[in-house]
Amino acid sequence: MANTSSTHDVKVLGAWPSPFVIRARIALNIKSVEYEFLAETPGSKSQLLLQSNPVHKKIPVLIHRGKPIAESLVIVQYIDEVWSSGPSILPSDPYDRAIARFWAAYVDDKFFPSLRPIKSAQGEEKAALVKQVNEGLVLLEEAFQKSSKGKAFFGGDRIGYLDVAFGSMLGWLRATEKMGEVKLLDEAKTPGLVQWAESFCADGAVKGLIPDTEKIVEFAKLIAARMKGSGSS
Amino acid sequence: MAEEVVLLDFWVSMFGMRVRVALAEKGIKYEYREEDLRNKSDLLLQMNPVHKKIPVLIHNGKPICESLIIVQYIDEVWNDKSPLLPSDPYKRAQARFWADFVDKKVYESGRKLWTTKGEEHGAAKKEFLEILKTLEEELGEKPYFGGETFGFVDVAFVTFYSWFNAFETFGEFSMEAEHPKIIAWAKRCMQKESVAKTLPDQQKVYEFVLGMRKRFLGE
Repeated sequence: MANTSSTHDVKVLGAWPSPFVIRARIALNIKSVEYEFLAETPGSKSQLLLQSNPVHKKIPVLIHRGKPIAESLVIVQYIDEVWSSGPSILPSDPYDRAIARFWAAYVDDKFFPSLRPIKSAQGEEKAALVKQVNEGLVLLEEAFQKSSKGKAFFGGDRIGYLDVAFGSMLGWLRATEKMGEVKLLDEAKTPGLVQWAESFCADGAVKGLIPDTEKIVEFAKLIAARMKGSGSS
Repeated sequence: MAEEVVLLDFWVSMFGMRVRVALAEKGIKYEYREEDLRNKSDLLLQMNPVHKKIPVLIHNGKPICESLIIVQYIDEVWNDKSPLLPSDPYKRAQARFWADFVDKKVYESGRKLWTTKGEEHGAAKKEFLEILKTLEEELGEKPYFGGETFGFVDVAFVTFYSWFNAFETFGEFSMEAEHPKIIAWAKRCMQKESVAKTLPDQQKVYEFVLGMRKRFLGE
């Protein structure tokens, strides 16, 4: 049942490949909030983006009733607090919230930065990065076991903050496995996460937002070619 | 239930100071444990196995890590006085955005002021002053980043004030000359007991950074 707000009330400035943008969209879906998706053209930044996020000039930006909010995790928390009648995204207990925030920050500060360079890395450098990502996945598996308490998601029965923060990365995780010719999410090492990944992608709020692995691979190749061609980004 | 609050910290850490300020704002009694970062305690390694860093707040035996996450936790648990985050969701989002900005920008940029030389140093100085300019613009005419009252962003940034002498000396600029509004704001915050009692003397911090710089640059 759609939330009663005019679609013009809520806009998301973003691009389909960005895991950070995906987070904002999943959060809005959890709350059944309709929104207008304004796709940025890759390689250029719209006037609206530059005006709405002058500090970082990055997507996603949520524009609610004309007011911009930037930084994906800030946006997700904002959505959770504004549409408070919908299903909760953050846990209700302050300690559980602190744990969810900790691991979301870990995904942003450690996990994703070590994942990204794998696709074009070689030899020793690549091996080191893969080791780092695998160690990260083992930590996240542990966090999953503790947080889910036997249920399907980090958030329990329903997807929550950490599911959104980490799950948004799955498209790139799988694409990296393909491009880097390496197995990262491994049933033998992180069985909980493998199962979780399937459940997450099948969830109603997530469906259609995690791009096909092939599409991301193509996109990554396009970006790499463009960067080589221009000589600088 | 008797509250047991322990803070694992290091006196000069602006991140640890944030937690101390928040605890003081809320009037929370706690045990302060100074860590030797070159010889980390078993407790620290046990309580923060992922990052092995301070600060770590241990509340009734359970650890909370990452300074801004700790400050939000403190604000949510001890919610009977001195709210640090505003109640309006949009204002909360702005507060989180700017605290995140301080986290992403001020420390790394400030660090380059005392770890680099020559051209790199010139670029670092320019970058640092730009960051302060952005913060000064965000502050505007408000008494605090939080508006009329001291809040989350003030806690996030004011602890860097204890490092200003070090930044100025190694950065080769005068904070008062470049960004007087920031100085005025910091002095206003220092009138609060929670801030004044927490922040170490700038001279002591300078001497500490001088020592680190010598070791880093191999002088």
